[in-house]
Amino acid sequence: MNQQQTIRLLQLYPHDMNIYGDWGNTLTLKRRLEWHGYHVELLDYNPGDVLPEGIDLIVGGGGQDSGQDKIQADLLKIGPTLKKLATSGVPMLMICGMYQLFGRFFKTRDGRVIEGIGLFDLETHGGNERMIGNIVTKSDLFGKIVGYENHSGITTLGPNVTPLGRVYRGAGNNGKDATEGAIYNNVIGTYLHGSLLPKNPLIADWLIEKAVDRKYDEFIPTVIEDRFAQEARRIAASRPR
Amino acid sequence: MDGVKQQIITLFGKGVRRASLLRGGGGSALPGLIIERFDPSFLKRTLSQLNHGVVLISGTNGKTTTTKMVVELLESQGLRVFTNRTGSNFTRGIVAALIESVDIKGNLPFDIAVLELDEAYAVKFSTQIQPKYSLFLNVLRDQLDRFGEIDATANMLHSVAIRTTGCIVVNRDDPRLVSDAFFKDTSAPIRTYGVSKQLSQLFPPDDNMRSGAQLSSRPNLLQNYDDTCLQSFENNTATFTYTNSTHTLPLLLKGIFNIQNATAAVALTRAVMGTELHEDAMLTALSKVTPAFGRGEDIIVDGQPVELVLVKNPSGFRLSLASFNPAETATMIAINDNYADGRDMSWLWDVEFDSLSKTGVAEVSGIRAYDMALRLQYDEIEVKHVEPNSSLALRHFLDTNRNIPKRIYCTYTAMLELRKQLSKLATVEKVL
Repeated sequence: MNQQQTIRLLQLYPHDMNIYGDWGNTLTLKRRLEWHGYHVELLDYNPGDVLPEGIDLIVGGGGQDSGQDKIQADLLKIGPTLKKLATSGVPMLMICGMYQLFGRFFKTRDGRVIEGIGLFDLETHGGNERMIGNIVTKSDLFGKIVGYENHSGITTLGPNVTPLGRVYRGAGNNGKDATEGAIYNNVIGTYLHGSLLPKNPLIADWLIEKAVDRKYDEFIPTVIEDRFAQEARRIAASRPR
Repeated sequence: MDGVKQQIITLFGKGVRRASLLRGGGGSALPGLIIERFDPSFLKRTLSQLNHGVVLISGTNGKTTTTKMVVELLESQGLRVFTNRTGSNFTRGIVAALIESVDIKGNLPFDIAVLELDEAYAVKFSTQIQPKYSLFLNVLRDQLDRFGEIDATANMLHSVAIRTTGCIVVNRDDPRLVSDAFFKDTSAPIRTYGVSKQLSQLFPPDDNMRSGAQLSSRPNLLQNYDDTCLQSFENNTATFTYTNSTHTLPLLLKGIFNIQNATAAVALTRAVMGTELHEDAMLTALSKVTPAFGRGEDIIVDGQPVELVLVKNPSGFRLSLASFNPAETATMIAINDNYADGRDMSWLWDVEFDSLSKTGVAEVSGIRAYDMALRLQYDEIEVKHVEPNSSLALRHFLDTNRNIPKRIYCTYTAMLELRKQLSKLATVEKVL
């Protein structure tokens, strides 16, 4: 393996949008890339920063309402660039709050509309109840996905986006239509914490493969011992909501 | 309600408590329930007898330890202190403890009550009884599946602050407790406590966990308040400063977070006693305070100490790892996800385990043992053995690490299980 091959991994708003163990997703991508033999350059982007060039992979996390308020204007500013990157195949993972803001809008319970960047054809409305608990979904791409959801936003997908998974146990996007998350190009949005990637290494490796393949035309994976992940998945799926 | 009726209900409550203790229950919920139902003014009527009023202690981390310290410091001042010692962290538990303490006429033979309440119950309690003093320790990521978001938790404490009549004591190192928003509409004087700049790097607020940003500079609004500061802590000796005086004393407490709580207890004791403070008595009592159970207590097994360290959330876990040297010590970690522990395992990913990279972790246990092992894998920390079952894991841990001191980081319900197992092997202080 050529050690010169470098992947530039960007954390979007790690200061304001990093609640509920979002570091777990960044760390999992970083380590697995390293274990697969690639060098990782980890970059942070916070409001007001200059968006770095040559980004290969982007992760964004959940946040509180106050965190979303802080980043929203900045996100709208870089929205067009993010959309271009998505069109060019840059893989991204957006969790919870950032997932919502990658949609068209978030309408709060008191009627305030927070505009999103519209990368996903979806909308979210503030709900009265928090959807909290262990969740299991099934996806065509990744099989069983396990995680933990904690949100009050009710998300409805439009016709131009595909759900990431079908809810097997839990609430998902809205607690009604059994969809969870969204996928568009190589961009994944989801409500799942847990953290998501450590317990779902297939998703981590899919994101990695897309990033490496796009940059270097081929991805040569190595075998990673995922026994702890398999056991942790099994237990998580069996726990009370 | 007339006096005779109240006496009958009080007597009845005492009887129910005794009966439920005899049945082997904890004895706190049922009598509390009955009194709340039949004599709803009992709590307010009884607590309003206290000439020094009620102290309410809330926050994410350190409530039990701080409450224990405050009680001991106030007792050193000659006050008779009522407290919810059993840690029944809700109003019903307080009612039950009060029933135990009042005489048949409903008189409460105490001067002051020091009550530990979680944030949601603190709000509920303060709408019934206005606390004279409140002490707010921190607002951190914890139990998110119960309260939703930390800003919402800060709002709960804010509403308690508004209802406080005598003095509000806050941790000035927590940005959620020293904002204009938090102080808004409060009428009681505010006092602060905290740590020196030099120590503050050990306490990064949750918001800065990932960005490496510097501690936000203290708002100017703090300069006018009476402050109790922990200047330094080294080799079990702590130095505190307040009102231009400096006090250095040895402590039995371990772990920087316990010393931070001790600072809170000193600040509160000073607020309650004012000019009546017996300083020497307070400092002597402080140097004798021991940690609350499962919060850094040592249990001796086969001639070697086994130290139980309770970890409930990322900040607590990070502080514990920073406080205890892992060298020459076998480490075990036990993580449960029962309701009292929090069901979401995401928090483990907000803790860095690099400090264990040299020693590795000898044993990983608990319902979520594999989540913990997975977490350690991604910090490239060696995991020697994984066994979800706590008694099997404990036996294996003790057997394979015979002649060295041991330390177990554990969540709340894992701590209760392990303590029970350990009590079969050593004498463990009984806690109701």
